[in-house]
Amino acid sequence: MTGYTFAYLDETTKRMIRRAILKGIAVPGYQVPFASREMPMPYGWGTGGVQVTAACLTPEDRLKVIDQGADDTTNAVSIRKFFERTAGVATTTRTAEATLIQTRHRIPEEPLTEAQILVYQVPIPEPLRFLEPRESETRRMHALEEYGLMHVKLYEDIARHGAIATAYAYPVRVEGRYMMDPSPIPKFDNPKLSQNAAIQLFGAGREQRIYALPPYTDVVSLDFEDHPFEPTRAEHACALCGACDSYLDEVLTDDDGGRMFVCSDTDFCTRRRDDGHPGRRGTDPTT
Amino acid sequence: MEAASHLAGGFGEPAVQSARAFRACLQALARPGRVQELAGANPPAPLSTAAGTLLLTLVDHATPLFLAPSHDLPAVRSWIAFHCGAPLVAAEAAVFALGTWEALQPCDRFDTGTPDYPDRAATLIVEMAALNPANARLTGPGIEATAAARLPDVAAFRQNRSRFPLGFDCFLTVGTAVAGLPRSTVVEAL
Repeated sequence: MTGYTFAYLDETTKRMIRRAILKGIAVPGYQVPFASREMPMPYGWGTGGVQVTAACLTPEDRLKVIDQGADDTTNAVSIRKFFERTAGVATTTRTAEATLIQTRHRIPEEPLTEAQILVYQVPIPEPLRFLEPRESETRRMHALEEYGLMHVKLYEDIARHGAIATAYAYPVRVEGRYMMDPSPIPKFDNPKLSQNAAIQLFGAGREQRIYALPPYTDVVSLDFEDHPFEPTRAEHACALCGACDSYLDEVLTDDDGGRMFVCSDTDFCTRRRDDGHPGRRGTDPTT
Repeated sequence: MEAASHLAGGFGEPAVQSARAFRACLQALARPGRVQELAGANPPAPLSTAAGTLLLTLVDHATPLFLAPSHDLPAVRSWIAFHCGAPLVAAEAAVFALGTWEALQPCDRFDTGTPDYPDRAATLIVEMAALNPANARLTGPGIEATAAARLPDVAAFRQNRSRFPLGFDCFLTVGTAVAGLPRSTVVEAL
């Protein structure tokens, strides 16, 4: 790692990001503005998450990076390699072995521990942005706790579709105060945000915002008394490991409408198969 | 030698040591009531090792610093000038403040942020005589059920919590130990 400072970013930048993270911890769910840097990857590839990870990493860490639950997709592989080269940290694909996990759009199935930090990549940090495009207005709405607009949006969902149609980036309320975008995780993952033992940090690079959930923080998904929040998943068992309680991806297998459902969390699925839980397709997915 | 003493006492390996120190600060603030080990700096008296390490990790030219009378000494001033480069300012304009709790009073003069930008509040580094025995029960974000901590003043932190999401955040330091107390923590006297 000669030619780089530890974890790529210079010390002044890291201090600035670290101060923003600490203020985010102090005011859970509030989006702290920070001077996001250009990173050697395009916006949308996790520049916010990468900056938060760079500010948090120590040489003793073991890093795991997932993209939609998978360790072996392009985004996850590139970011893992980036920190192998610039920080020299150990990496892993096992959730239980990781001390710091950077994630794009999933929370691992395996419960996290107090020894772990989860860093989310966030595209649009403002939950009210698609309802009110002006930053000056949404900032004032957060200051005044004026969140009626979001309830109207959810109500219109029900009026139009008979149910709340939002399936990912489902808005939450943190400790009864700030409304927060949990990043585009499926709403299946929303319950894991609340009372989590790990520190959860959110980084939005292009939008220049950092926010945080300390451990054991109350996070409530918005709903109505007669339309309670429901974390949904495909009504299938994983074709590879038979799990009936994990979040599933639908995979097309041929041109004739053939398909199978498999765990989105590849580590969770692999571990179940190693433990002898074959699914419908057995342990060999090619059969 | 006397004249150059302020040049010593910084991090030998800034990138790695500040990374470890930040993790201690993060854990301290994210888990109120749990004391963390914070070391690496060797600052001049009366600065504690933990407070000096915290300054090196978080304070620089972009963060105006207030030195309370307990710590407003030539040796401390020149050490901070060399290692952090933070402008020294009045309490009202400070992003960070350093001193004993008594010297930091009155604490209602510190910036508590604005409703639009609650993150612009001050962070106080409070030098303590000890972090035990506990005199307060803590609840709130970061605490599973309840936690116990030694606070310099329970009433002041109750008042600070009543302004949430405005309010200052504190690091309590002694020796190589640091405890965090964010504005979100609900404090009760034991």
